[in-house]
Amino acid sequence: MDGAHDMGGVPWTDPVQPEPNEPAFHAEWERRAFAITLAMGMPGGWNIDMSRFARENRPPADYLSKSYFEIWIAGLERLMAERGLVAPDEVAAGHALHPAKPVARTLTAEGVAAMLHRGGPTERVPARPARFVVGDRVRAKMINPATHTRLPRYVRGHVGTIAAMRGCHVFPDSNARGAGEDPQWLYTVAFDGVEVWGKESDPALEITVDAWEPYLEPA
Amino acid sequence: MFQALNGGTFNRESTSRSEPNAEHWGARQPVQGAIPACPARRPTSTSARRFAYSWRMSEHHHHDHDHSDLSETELRVRALETILTEKGYVDPAALDLLIETYETKVGPRNGARVVARAWTDPAYRARLLKDGTPAIAELGFAGRQGEHIVAVENTPELHNMVVCTLCSCYPWPVLGLPPVWYKSAPYRSKAVKDPRGVLRDFGFEIPATTKIRVWDSTAEIRYVVLPMRPDGTEGWSEERLAELVTRDSMIGTGLPKQPHEVG
Repeated sequence: MDGAHDMGGVPWTDPVQPEPNEPAFHAEWERRAFAITLAMGMPGGWNIDMSRFARENRPPADYLSKSYFEIWIAGLERLMAERGLVAPDEVAAGHALHPAKPVARTLTAEGVAAMLHRGGPTERVPARPARFVVGDRVRAKMINPATHTRLPRYVRGHVGTIAAMRGCHVFPDSNARGAGEDPQWLYTVAFDGVEVWGKESDPALEITVDAWEPYLEPA
Repeated sequence: MFQALNGGTFNRESTSRSEPNAEHWGARQPVQGAIPACPARRPTSTSARRFAYSWRMSEHHHHDHDHSDLSETELRVRALETILTEKGYVDPAALDLLIETYETKVGPRNGARVVARAWTDPAYRARLLKDGTPAIAELGFAGRQGEHIVAVENTPELHNMVVCTLCSCYPWPVLGLPPVWYKSAPYRSKAVKDPRGVLRDFGFEIPATTKIRVWDSTAEIRYVVLPMRPDGTEGWSEERLAELVTRDSMIGTGLPKQPHEVG
C-alpha cells in the first residue's frame, strides 16, 4: 500500500534532531502503550505484518499528525476492533461494556522473558530453488498494491544488483492479509545512488533494500 | 579519515549531544512494583513535545494544540489498559516487566560488548561478520527484533549507515528501542538520499571519496554497524574498549569515542 509511512527520499527540510541522553520513553503513556501493544500480540493472534498494515493503512494527513506511539495505539485499536476484542464504544466509555472474548492464551509475567527471547523468526525451509544469485542484475517491479507491501516506492522501477541472499522468509504481502506465510526468497539488492536519484546524486552512495523474490524481475 | 565540519580534528563536543550517555542508560532506575494505571498528569516536557510532534507539518499547530492532544492520548491509553485488564487479556505484572526490560536490561551496552569483542578477538569478528545472529547470541543477546542480525563493517573505504524508511526496524537485542530521531520523518526520508547531510546533522563528515552504503531495513533482517576501532587503544581490555562504543556508532550516524574522552 502506498502511504505516508513510505518516506524514503521524500523532501523533508528539517534536520535530523538527536536528543542527548534520550530515555527509552518520553511519557508514562508511551510506556503503557508500548507494553499493552507487545502484550496483546499473544491473545490478539495477529502477526507483525498485520500490525504494520494496521498502523500504516491510513490517510497521509492522519499518519503524519500522529506521533510514533500514537500510531501504535491507533493500530492496536484497529486490530482489536476487527477481532471483536475491544469495541470503540468501550474505548469511549473507558471501561469494558461487553463480555470478554475467549482468547487462546495471554502473556503472564512469568512468560515475558521466554516470549521476548523466542521473538518471531521469519526464515522458512525453501520450497523451491532461488531464481536469482549474487551478482544478478534485477529490476524492482513497478507495483502499487492497495494491500500491504515492503517494497519502498523510491526503488520501484530501478535496476540493482543482488548483493546477498538472506534465505527464504515469510512474505509480508501475503501474511498481512491473513493469506498464509507464502515464504519467498529474500535478497539484499544494492542500488547505485545515481540510478535511484539521478545525476545529481552522490556518486559514492549505494543503497541496499531487502526485497522478496516477487518484487524483482531480471534486468 | 574523519574530519570535523569546522576543520581540524573530529570534535567530540559536536556529537556529544547526539550520544546516549552509557552511564545514564545503565543507571536508569528499574520500575519498582506496579506503575499506576492512571498516572497523574504531568507538565509536558520539551522533549516529550518534540517527540510527539516530531514529524508534524507545522510547529504552529503543535504549540496551539499539544496539551489537549496529549491529554486525549493519555486518556485513550489509560482507557485501553483498563479495558484490557478488566477483560483479562493482559496481566499488569507482565506490562511492568516489559517496560522494565527495555528501560534497564536491553540497550546499546549490549551492542558495545559485541563490538568490543570483535575488536579484540579476530575469530569472533570473523564469526560475527559471517553470521551475526549466532555470534551475538554467544554473548547472550537474542530474540525479538533481532531474530536475523547482520553485522556490517566500516573500513577506511566504506561507511555503513542503517535506516528503516518504512517504519522503525532496529536491532533491539543489541541496541534497545530506537531513538526518536531514528523513527522521525527527517531521518527516514534523508538517510537514503543524502546520508552525508544526515551525518552533518550529527556534526561530522566523512571524505567524499569514502563510499557510503545505506542499509534500508525493509524485511526482518536487522543491521548493526561494526565501527572502526579508534587508534591509540592498543592493549586495551574488552571492558575498556566497550566504553568507547556509542549507540550511534553502531547505527552509522556517529563514531566511537576517542581514547582521551574516557577515563
